[in-house]
Amino acid sequence: MNAPSDAPLLTLDDPLIIAGRAYRSRLLVGTGKYKDFAQTRAAIDASGAEIVTVAIRRTNIGQNPNEPSLLEHLPPSKFTLLPNTAGCFSADEAVRTLKLARELLDGHALVKLEVLGDAHTLFPNVRQTLCAAETLVKDGFEVMVYTSDDPVTARELEALGCVAIMPLASLIGSGMGILNPWNLRLIIEQSKIPVLVDAGVGTASDAAVAMELGCAGVLMNTAIALAQDPILMAGAMKKAVEAGREAFRAGRMPRKYYAASPSSPTTGLIG
Amino acid sequence: MLSLIVNGSPHVCRSSAATIADLVRELDLVDKRIAVERNGEIVPRSRHTLTPLATGDRIEVVSAVGGG
Repeated sequence: MNAPSDAPLLTLDDPLIIAGRAYRSRLLVGTGKYKDFAQTRAAIDASGAEIVTVAIRRTNIGQNPNEPSLLEHLPPSKFTLLPNTAGCFSADEAVRTLKLARELLDGHALVKLEVLGDAHTLFPNVRQTLCAAETLVKDGFEVMVYTSDDPVTARELEALGCVAIMPLASLIGSGMGILNPWNLRLIIEQSKIPVLVDAGVGTASDAAVAMELGCAGVLMNTAIALAQDPILMAGAMKKAVEAGREAFRAGRMPRKYYAASPSSPTTGLIG
Repeated sequence: MLSLIVNGSPHVCRSSAATIADLVRELDLVDKRIAVERNGEIVPRSRHTLTPLATGDRIEVVSAVGGG
């Protein structure tokens, strides 16, 4: 249903292209903070997302060998899994985590790099992010990189060979929406690779605004998982991303302080 | 018997566990989607049966979990 398309790019209408592969959905979603795996899967199905992030963690040893696993609910045959480095605070930890992910997922190269710099706010550590990105690209990874909304950093990450730039809209898990749309615009205008908002989306209008700015996509987790009704919110996000994308492609009307130009004819009035 | 550190905790292998593959069997993780590191180096699945364990080895076994 949400499987990535192997079809030639031209057969998809306005595909999202990342590292040479085409995706129908411009909404990427995380798999954390859900009540259970059934709810995770139902929300992802409702979102229409094809690319879903997963974290890499120590396996519980000797606890319950038959406990269900996330990947039984999200088979790699149906979804493009995007392993992340959430919780890593150094380039070395991030690189090590993604090498394990590549082994876990049978050589899968597309990854989400994030290196945090502050445990309280979860702000990224840009220096460590750049260092890890360089190592990973040289090692053959296709790096989608989470970073601050600084255009100069974004340019450096693109020059290192990352396949997508993913600036924060606001802090991870904050739901504060897009705090600096003008920085995002600068990053979008200068980048030749896709720019996706990652982190900070709180509700559907935030996702629509990101897309109207010209983002290639939006990645979110908490906004869906912690909604009162995650499955309903997942559907709302799908529509918001689609609506925002169509509005961006359509080109909005110019803003005017006032126009004195009513939408109805000014002639033919009765009396 | 081998004394290892598995996922940060001490683990004493049954005497039969001599390779990564033996350890994976002992931990009931056969056919589970996992990745294994021995002393900081990835051990590819194809080499589990060929990679011996030694006392003091630090083993990491990881899986995919929910995350954003």
